[in-house]
Amino acid sequence: MLSLDPSKRNSLQRCICDGDLVIVYERHDRIKAVKVQKGLDFQNRFGVFKLSDWIGQPFGSKVLSNKGGFIYLLAPTPELWTLVLSHRTQILYLADISFVISYLEVVPGCLVLESGTGSGSLTTSLARAVAPSGHVYTFDFHAQRATLAREDFERNGLSSLVTVSVRDIQGEGFPEEFCGAADSVFLDLPQPWLALPSVRKMLKQDGVLCSFSPCIEQVQHSCEVLTSGFTDIRTFEVLLRTYEIREERMTTSEADHESPVGPMRKKRHCTPHDVDDSQGERTATTVTARPCQESRGHTGYLTFARLACS
Amino acid sequence: MAQDHSADAVAVAAAECQHLAATSPPTNPKTTWEGCSVLLDINDGDRLVFARLSPAATLKIGNKKCSLGPLLGCPFGSLFRVGNGPGEPCLSRCSHSTSGASDNALQAIEEESIAEDSRDNRLLIDNNTAQNLSSDDIDAMRRNGATGDEIVEALISNSATFKKKTVYSQEKYKRKKQKKYAPKVLLRKPSARSICETYFKKFPARIGFLRVDTLSLLLSMANVGVHSDVLVVDMIGGMVTGAVAERLGGTGYICSTYFGVTPYPSDIIRMFNFNSEVYSRIVHVPVSDLSKSLDDFVHSEISAKAPSMLPESAECRNSMDISEVPIQNFDLIKEKSLNNEQTSVMSDVGESQHVASILCPSGANDLELGHDTPITDKLVNKGRQAPLETMKQWKTNGFSGLIVAAPEAEVGTIVHKLLPLLAYSAPFAIYHQYLQPLAACMHNLQTSKLAISLQISEPWLREYQVLPSRTHPLMQMSSFGGYILSGIRIRNSVPSSI
Repeated sequence: MLSLDPSKRNSLQRCICDGDLVIVYERHDRIKAVKVQKGLDFQNRFGVFKLSDWIGQPFGSKVLSNKGGFIYLLAPTPELWTLVLSHRTQILYLADISFVISYLEVVPGCLVLESGTGSGSLTTSLARAVAPSGHVYTFDFHAQRATLAREDFERNGLSSLVTVSVRDIQGEGFPEEFCGAADSVFLDLPQPWLALPSVRKMLKQDGVLCSFSPCIEQVQHSCEVLTSGFTDIRTFEVLLRTYEIREERMTTSEADHESPVGPMRKKRHCTPHDVDDSQGERTATTVTARPCQESRGHTGYLTFARLACS
Repeated sequence: MAQDHSADAVAVAAAECQHLAATSPPTNPKTTWEGCSVLLDINDGDRLVFARLSPAATLKIGNKKCSLGPLLGCPFGSLFRVGNGPGEPCLSRCSHSTSGASDNALQAIEEESIAEDSRDNRLLIDNNTAQNLSSDDIDAMRRNGATGDEIVEALISNSATFKKKTVYSQEKYKRKKQKKYAPKVLLRKPSARSICETYFKKFPARIGFLRVDTLSLLLSMANVGVHSDVLVVDMIGGMVTGAVAERLGGTGYICSTYFGVTPYPSDIIRMFNFNSEVYSRIVHVPVSDLSKSLDDFVHSEISAKAPSMLPESAECRNSMDISEVPIQNFDLIKEKSLNNEQTSVMSDVGESQHVASILCPSGANDLELGHDTPITDKLVNKGRQAPLETMKQWKTNGFSGLIVAAPEAEVGTIVHKLLPLLAYSAPFAIYHQYLQPLAACMHNLQTSKLAISLQISEPWLREYQVLPSRTHPLMQMSSFGGYILSGIRIRNSVPSSI
């Protein structure tokens, strides 16, 4: 997933090999992760695809099924992984992930502490941000979820960048070995204020903390505790509004000129090109955009703070 | 004559390069050093100033001209207070706890009295008679060496209405007075986040109204990470180029491409305090060179040596392929206004004149030139160019991602020309100020089947004030941070069948 070895990164020269992870794109809202294995098949509503046929093709290719349906084979990225990974917990999505990584000022070489690991959505992006010389130490108190996350990271080639451990951060804090070593800390816990005294010890001077909480009461409690030892405390909400594009056919017809009710009309332009066809109608197409009707209303509040210099 | 001048310029440039290499900062520096670029946060974000630290640098705060010398060698995140007395050093380091001590005391009282606080503002009349101290009194206190905090306490005790205010009002009043009489200066490290936020607040037009959450999205959507070769069209002063370079951390390449013959100005890159390793990954290549076929490279005359300084002569102008430039003269006009603004931002800070112009593609960043110099007479620096081998590699492998930040340009042409340079399955993110051009571009990509997973997004960001019993979104909000068209390039050929 990450091009830790430059020769293996996705390029026009690199083709799909046996054992590769491929992101299968059927539609913008139907994406799946598939591991390519010789001799096996992939089935969906479009038919059966022989995985052996995918080997040797470059990523980004279109492949057909036995019935003539098609899908696209994409190279995995942390963004695509967020959309296909199996949800063991509620996960973070692109808008929150990208903002967190920017605001935590994560750059290559950083040491980042995270709790809880959850399904590893943010962790994958953190790994990309700290590569090649940094590291992400992530903790979850649920042993089974920690194991599943560890397996995911291994399959995705991230084990050299991510270490998963089972630990109750709220109860025990972060391990002593990281005292004064963390550039950034990320918390997604039900009671993050319990972990804050430990975070104070872990962060390097001027290090940044982010706490993600769905409820405002959690935010209030965290901010009260943050006033001792932290500065530059800021709380945000981020969302993405998506637009849909359509090619609209705008009709104006002589017959409807007087009628106030009818199909949507463009402003009447009196140009010599208003040639009417036999029915007195003129058609033109325009590409129009409007916001999608449904969107995510809330994920959580992001509270950031810097360790105050003493 | 022109020959000598350019030879001198190259010598100067080489010397500057050596100097920079010698004083190259480590990755992720935690303390300041001479010549580093810093962001000064005065009074909790009320005023933000970029400065370059040197013993001679100064900054005007209120009506005091403060030396920035005390900031050298201090850790980023240090807090400073402005001294009042005539003999005192202007800026002295303080700890965060002392500056907040009085707030804590107030907080203790507040917690007790909150329950019985029945005060409100029905009796307060705003007629400017509440304060007993006059400005002369305050000046006298200053001359006698009173600290800022002492002045604030005096103002509070001399205010007839202070006791009638609610605890929250008292807090607000005290903070307001502190900002005026005891200002704080926070020393911040410039990073993509802080630089973008500062520009968005002060000069949003210079970064094309690119808000920090929008910038973050561009970096994620284009999968910017280690060993990536990222193709960038940056017409917003270098903001995107710098942010990408920060994420690459000295690996991969940022190919900052441009239409025409002149690279777009990228002064903002200087603010990042990049070391030489990171800087070396930023290269500037015209689109005309990138569009060449592999065979052309073998016979090309692209110089693989150090950047050349070309005088922008009439010949250069005429040979510019007009049809290649989607936005004629746009960059030159912007360059001039950038130069004006740049000078005014830095001038009150007394920025040191040391400018590593070899690393920036624009001649406009040299402060000695001032804004009287006509554009045509300026030396045009082509910036660091890519070695021939690298360009061949880009051609065979394709770029791993594309980011376009050309908020006023004709985006359809740009995308049409640059998408073929990407590897298959490489993501792209196009930032624009206006929705309609992106909609048209997305529609074209859909019908020509050059890309999938196409999406137009508008990021939304809202900040909150979180205080006990006073939690609510901030009263002011940025309602616009631009639009992004994102997608993934695919292989548009005859699909394989079974």
